[in-house]
Amino acid sequence: MGVVTDHLGLFAEGARTTAVLTALSFALALVLGTVLASCRVSPVPPLRAAATAYVEVVRNTPLTVLFVLFFFGFPKLGIQYPRFASAVIVLSAYTGAFVGEVLRSGINAVAAGQAEAARALGLTFGQNLRLVVLPQAYRTVVAPLGGLLVALIKNSSIALVISVAELTFIADQVNRDTARPIPVFVGAAIGYLAMAIPTGLAVGALERRVAIRR
Amino acid sequence: MTTPAIGDALGPRGRRRVAVASAVAVAVLAVALVAAVNRLHTKGQLDGDLWEPFRHWGVWRFLLFTGLRNTLRAAGVAMVLALVLGVVLALGRLSKRRPVRWLAGAYIEFFRSMPLLLLILFSFLALPKYGVDLSIYGYLVLALVVYNAAVLGEIFRAGILSLDPGQTEAANAIGLSYAQTMALVVLPQAFRRMIPAIVSQLVTLLKDTSLGFVIGYEELLRTANSTGAYYHDILQSLVVVAGVYIAVNLSLSRVAHRLEVRQRRRFGAGAMAVSGVEDLALVDAAGRADR
Amino acid sequence: MTSRRWMVAALVALSLLAAGCGKDSSKKKGASSTATTVATFPPGTTLDTIQKRGKLIVGTKFDQPLFGVKNPTTGDIEGFDAEIARLMAKAIFGDPAKIEFIEAVSKNREPFLQEGKVDIVVATYTINDKRKQVVDFAGPYYVARQDILVKKDDNTIKAVQDLNGKKVCTVQGSTSLTNLQAQAPQADVSTLFDKYGLCVEALNDGRVQAVTTDNAILAGFVEQSPDKYKLVGAPFSNEPYGIGLKKGDNTLQAFLNTQLETFFGDGQWKKAYDKTLGKVIPGGTPPAIVRY
Repeated sequence: MGVVTDHLGLFAEGARTTAVLTALSFALALVLGTVLASCRVSPVPPLRAAATAYVEVVRNTPLTVLFVLFFFGFPKLGIQYPRFASAVIVLSAYTGAFVGEVLRSGINAVAAGQAEAARALGLTFGQNLRLVVLPQAYRTVVAPLGGLLVALIKNSSIALVISVAELTFIADQVNRDTARPIPVFVGAAIGYLAMAIPTGLAVGALERRVAIRR
Repeated sequence: MTTPAIGDALGPRGRRRVAVASAVAVAVLAVALVAAVNRLHTKGQLDGDLWEPFRHWGVWRFLLFTGLRNTLRAAGVAMVLALVLGVVLALGRLSKRRPVRWLAGAYIEFFRSMPLLLLILFSFLALPKYGVDLSIYGYLVLALVVYNAAVLGEIFRAGILSLDPGQTEAANAIGLSYAQTMALVVLPQAFRRMIPAIVSQLVTLLKDTSLGFVIGYEELLRTANSTGAYYHDILQSLVVVAGVYIAVNLSLSRVAHRLEVRQRRRFGAGAMAVSGVEDLALVDAAGRADR
Repeated sequence: MTSRRWMVAALVALSLLAAGCGKDSSKKKGASSTATTVATFPPGTTLDTIQKRGKLIVGTKFDQPLFGVKNPTTGDIEGFDAEIARLMAKAIFGDPAKIEFIEAVSKNREPFLQEGKVDIVVATYTINDKRKQVVDFAGPYYVARQDILVKKDDNTIKAVQDLNGKKVCTVQGSTSLTNLQAQAPQADVSTLFDKYGLCVEALNDGRVQAVTTDNAILAGFVEQSPDKYKLVGAPFSNEPYGIGLKKGDNTLQAFLNTQLETFFGDGQWKKAYDKTLGKVIPGGTPPAIVRY
């Protein structure tokens, strides 16, 4: 494992890039997912249709294709961003669709009585959603959202195809330089474990704390 | 898709507001669409000669009968092998012997936390140095199987646990051994319940085969890249190929959904709500809801 | 009804396995030409193995314009690199069609040579000392020179020194960037990308005034849009493209070098050049082999 310690700086950089990439993308994905879920449950048909179309298109396209399309294809349309920003955009656009679906099932799981009570109090659709339904929906879907966050940590490795220097990219480079694949890739694996497992535990703790008790 | 009773049953004023909102939404979307088409046009991306290659059967034959075929081939074989290994892992995790449980559990937890791309690169770059000599296809399928077995193992375990314990009790009552109970009673039923989840995972697996792009496997994305390089129409090639992926995956998802609906009718609450998952995020939630 | 469904599922699984276990059809095409005098090689050498196998396995690019692109309709690989590879196949078998091309992406180039999965790599493979630690090279078979791409109507840039004070684009971390900064230290290199295609888009949009890298790569863009861009034609610095082979295989290296010199002399190199690269950069001449 001397190889890893020799290049510890590089590996740490890679892990940091992965972490920042994941955090930024997840934050944006949460915002996008909320918007999408709200559109899909709204009474306005065009909003429902547009959100559904977005989700179906993004969910059924491989993330690799989305990366290549955005970074190598979109410049033909004059849409061109630096590597890291492109990775954040693609990852949040992709994960946001799944967040939206998870949130939507959460909204549906919130007891109908809650929405009815809100209605009885005279709240509009928007107020109902914002003050009553969504807060409870979020608390219901903490576990699946945590699953999406772990999935995002793993998906960030796909930014390799646009040469973002995240952990897997670094591992590949170091292997290229040292020809010691086993310690290098095991080192990277440990890096991902070190990110995924604590995240899982933290999500579990958070879920228990915000669980809706009746 | 059920619409919850968030808003009031709409009266005339409510209906008017929704109508106005709809009109505004349509207008905004129309403007966005026009802007997008205009941008395509000004950048010359709607030019005939960029789309012209797709009027030739030869190009489609390359994309579908080389690219898509290789994608399906890798996904299909990986799925079958991962199912077999997944059953083994699930049974291991449910075993009465602690070391077996621990081993299976460790495998599942480890590989589920690994990025698939890392596993693919490891398979391709590290294994050859230790005598494992395969084709690009072989290395890709190996990585896909190792990863998906962990995912499917969890799905199987949930499926087995979702069975009525009365089934195993009855099997024991008539004198079947553990192996016989598993093989004749538990696994067939569990497998049937998990078919929607397995089809859903097949969708994810199909998307994951595009990672073979990185090691030079000639799957659908790679063929789009070659086509785009040859005709200088990379944007068009990628859009067309994205369309193919969407078409294939949508149909599979629809099949999974229909299977799930049919299951719900037969098994009621015992069925597993799993279509459209991103790596078990929703399976976990559904599993919890069943308790 | 349920037993029927199991049978169907089993059949599907079996056929999937069968399809998966089926062998990949090799990408051989082209009519076999009349055999000329075929060289014979001492048994046990790489060349003997290749000859016994019946085809030369070559790693090349499938997406590099003018050097290696895959024709989707025919499945053939077209380009200068492919032509050089075919000349080698002809030297070994007397038949340029006894060849199989595998796509060489950056991840599999060196591993495939080390593992013997390809015999040679001809893929705009620049010879440099770092790579020589892992693989060996024959050649060079072409020396790309760094040149400048500008808009067709731009006459302000005539040489690399004119790039001082102007916005220039190239690929991050490339030798092109190092060479540019050496020759035009005041050039504005704040716009750097990952792929030259992105630089060309920036040039098109007016965000930069020039793109610089190997003229071979720039030529691909001129070929694509001859009315938009042009090569300045004032090359500086050299990028030798070589044939990659397994490290330590001196017999193969010697063979390839000798063959290359033959092709340089008897006009076959020129024919391959004019057919591909020559369409955009006319009048190329073969380089001098560097043996080491």
